[in-house]
Amino acid sequence: MAKASELVTLTAAQMADKLKKGDISSRELVEAELQTIDSAEPTLQAFLARSSEEALAVADDIDTRRAKGEELPSLAGVPVAVKDMIVTKGIETTAASKILEGWIPPYDATVVTRMKNTGMPILGKTNLDEFAQGSSTENSAFHNTYNPWDITRVPGGSGGGSATSVASFETPLALGTDTGGSIRQPAAFTGTVGVKPTYGRVSRYGAIAMASSMDQIGPCARTVEDAAMLYDVIAGYDDHDSTSIREILPSMTAAALQGKNQDLKGLRVGIIKEATGDGFEEEVKNNFSEGIKLLQNMGANVEEVSFRHFLHGIQVYYVVMPAEVSSNLARYDGMRYGLRVMPPADVPQTAANMMAYTREAGFGAEVKRRIILGTYALSAGKYEEWYGKAQRVRTVMIQDFNKAFKDFDVLVCPTAPTSAFKIGEVEDPATMYRNDIATIPANLAGLPAISIPSGLDHNNLPVGFQILAAQKNDELMFRVASALETAFNKKWGAPLWAQLKTPWLDSLSEE
Amino acid sequence: MSEKLMKFSEAIKRFDPVFGLEVHVELNTNTKLFCPAHYEFGGDPNTELTPVSLGLPGSLPVVNKQAVINAVRLGLALHCHVNEWSQFARKNYFYPDMPRDYQISQFDKPTNGEGYLDVELEDGTTFRVPIERAHIEDDAGKNTHIGGADGRIEGADHSLVDYNRAGVPLIEIVTKPVIGAGEHIAEIAGAYVKEIRDIARALNVSNGRLEQGNMRADVNVSLRESPDAPLGTRSETKNVNSFRGIEKTIIYEIRRQAAILADGGEVLQETRHWDEATQTTAGGRVKSDANDYRYFPDPDLIMLHIPPEQVEEIRATLPEMPSHRKHRLQEEWGFSDLEMRDVLNANALDLIDSTVQAGASAAGSRKWWLGEIMREANEREVSIEDLPITPENVAEVEKMIADGKLNNKLAKQTISAILQGEGTPSEVVEKHGWKIMNDDSAIEKAVDEALAANPDVLDALKSGNMKPMGVIIGAVMRATHGQADAKTVSSLIMKKVRS
Repeated sequence: MAKASELVTLTAAQMADKLKKGDISSRELVEAELQTIDSAEPTLQAFLARSSEEALAVADDIDTRRAKGEELPSLAGVPVAVKDMIVTKGIETTAASKILEGWIPPYDATVVTRMKNTGMPILGKTNLDEFAQGSSTENSAFHNTYNPWDITRVPGGSGGGSATSVASFETPLALGTDTGGSIRQPAAFTGTVGVKPTYGRVSRYGAIAMASSMDQIGPCARTVEDAAMLYDVIAGYDDHDSTSIREILPSMTAAALQGKNQDLKGLRVGIIKEATGDGFEEEVKNNFSEGIKLLQNMGANVEEVSFRHFLHGIQVYYVVMPAEVSSNLARYDGMRYGLRVMPPADVPQTAANMMAYTREAGFGAEVKRRIILGTYALSAGKYEEWYGKAQRVRTVMIQDFNKAFKDFDVLVCPTAPTSAFKIGEVEDPATMYRNDIATIPANLAGLPAISIPSGLDHNNLPVGFQILAAQKNDELMFRVASALETAFNKKWGAPLWAQLKTPWLDSLSEE
Repeated sequence: MSEKLMKFSEAIKRFDPVFGLEVHVELNTNTKLFCPAHYEFGGDPNTELTPVSLGLPGSLPVVNKQAVINAVRLGLALHCHVNEWSQFARKNYFYPDMPRDYQISQFDKPTNGEGYLDVELEDGTTFRVPIERAHIEDDAGKNTHIGGADGRIEGADHSLVDYNRAGVPLIEIVTKPVIGAGEHIAEIAGAYVKEIRDIARALNVSNGRLEQGNMRADVNVSLRESPDAPLGTRSETKNVNSFRGIEKTIIYEIRRQAAILADGGEVLQETRHWDEATQTTAGGRVKSDANDYRYFPDPDLIMLHIPPEQVEEIRATLPEMPSHRKHRLQEEWGFSDLEMRDVLNANALDLIDSTVQAGASAAGSRKWWLGEIMREANEREVSIEDLPITPENVAEVEKMIADGKLNNKLAKQTISAILQGEGTPSEVVEKHGWKIMNDDSAIEKAVDEALAANPDVLDALKSGNMKPMGVIIGAVMRATHGQADAKTVSSLIMKKVRS
């Protein structure tokens, strides 16, 4: 019998392998993760809700079926956590907002159905900025989540809960949602791998909408291969989502495995000039250069490429995103589910007043700010000047990317301009928004993008390296990311997470 | 509070009236516009729901292809240009019956663009109503206000929301401002909506029943000094759900606005509603802060692509249009204009057509449907198609007459028995033993008895006074339970008288 701390530090691929061989059971794995969660949560607070019993029931079912000799998918029995932006039948889903507190969905998101069909035990729901709006998880209506590398710092956001849960070994895998970098920036801040698939590759059915034209669900993991395995489970055409892509997907797991053992001779890599200049910390840039050297060592041809509108991405994003938010969040009105606040007795007890009081009480400051911004951008007389113009610039950005992908196979840049900042350090919203300057363009253009760890800065904080590929070329992105990850690990002698101090694992009981 | 009104004839003389209609046609697809929930009128509240139709967090709309095809069919019948690319847009506003607090409609890229519809008037002339667009959108749920008067929200204690109807596909057919209608304005508006109803039914894209909310109209009316003047300020009367209501709304609004303008006042741009009880329109919200719906393309739905080839394929499936069919049938049946109008007013066109197709003569079919059957329908206060008699039944009775098995009197009795639910014509005739008596000797015996019982009549007849002959015929018919052939009876009487 293995120690819990040894089980939980396995990669998902290793867990899958041991399960298949019968070395361990899914129940052992899930129990080990639940112990880790018990031990780590008081410090890290990555979860909003746990579903331990459901997870154990799935684990037992998988163990029984495996014992009977049933052929099972690779990730059967491997546990997973789900960002609380994704609906789970029977498990409270809140989007970290007071307005949805207590809501038990009557249906599963398509990705959740797919994971259930695969036999993956769901450990619980992870914390986030309210309605995925933020870059630090400080906007959660319930509590902060703390960065496992330094608990005085944020884990990034909005998916700080999923990134932290993966980094701290509470789970090998988690789901995130990425509208402007909410999977990738937390991955960079926590030394994990985060993937935003091509828009339309993963069904959005059951992902609570933030900005529908950019929202994508994607995997959070500790290795590129693990991320690819979860990607293969959740991706594919879904007739519940009109924007879902119909074409059959190649295996990302195969691409990741291929990348481990491959050089990159002839690969054309473009460094996004605008995402390596002003506003990016020196250490981040130096760290990024290390990654570039490794790519060159593997035979890639690296060149700088300039995007005239890359830095406008954040301006476009902060018009288009709030506009969609203002419409998507209208449904939280107290009529059908979630919070309802009746007006005080001296105010007419009308439906309209109830809606107003409910929304006033139920939404946090950042959500209200974006609803107001978006309402303005769509209003009569302002539409052309704001929403219309932003969409036109977005179109130009997409054209620029299309052009660049004629000359380059992948584009690279740091995932975020800084490493994790202190809790409470960034108060000005505009400064906070600039955290997503390098991640937003992929969302605006619907491109696949991945963040992998590229080392630590002098504060012993992780930094992320981002790789973008052309639309529907997620496979190449995985191959290159896997090759670079392998090169980094070789250079460090071990994966980056080996350097993470994990006191919450020390106290775990021996089995 | 009664408003000042000008006489309609005077208003029409002094002002040039302009109207516009937004007609909502509910499609009869099996499922809703954006999810596979079923909908049927009158179901238990909140039973026909899915995460999508309830707008639950995370749910996404997916377009019902049949609804789009039906929209295109309707658009083509209205001579609309079908746009190769069209787009759904969100119309944002808060209302309890809107599950998402935005309606999915179409804005600057509707599926059906400009078109027109020619409507025929009572005087035989045709008026062309110009159509701006016919776009696709989803319906809202239904609010029921409890505790107030007349089910209105004013004074209600609380309201209930039924989301069953939420998500049902609608086509909104919007006219351009209809100018030049003059004194025929109400007739034109009514005929236009009726024609749309007939077309929707002929295409089988809607049940077209106004009383069940399958169709409703927003009625815009404005007046201007002369046809050269710019359009005046309009009022919009919402959700009028009967043909008469539409016509009366237009007349009322013309009279009301004319009185205001004649007094030097200003017509408010406002939303009104038609009150059936008082036969007036009443003011609602003044559109001072003109609703800003913040339309934008719905990012959850990709653009609709309907290539010209597909439009032509759909066009090829269109049935004969109702107006064309009316003219064709009138000619085939040889009905006068007056007769045809009676048929249409009685809503009997389809029934007569089916009866004729089942083998009856046109004149015979018309006689029954507009005669006996119509009378019964009026008595029961139902429409003729709801009575328990089919075109096949009527055709069978007609055939029995032609075959000499029934006379007119027996046929009437047969129809009446069918209407009472006694069964098919042959069952009814069999049950009652009704048949024309072909046995001349039995009739002759009855004639002899009748003449013997009425010697004075016999004398009169013999003297050449034929007036009292009816007395004998009546007696014979009574004696034979109506089964004797009247012609046979009279020729037998004449034979006796002459002998």
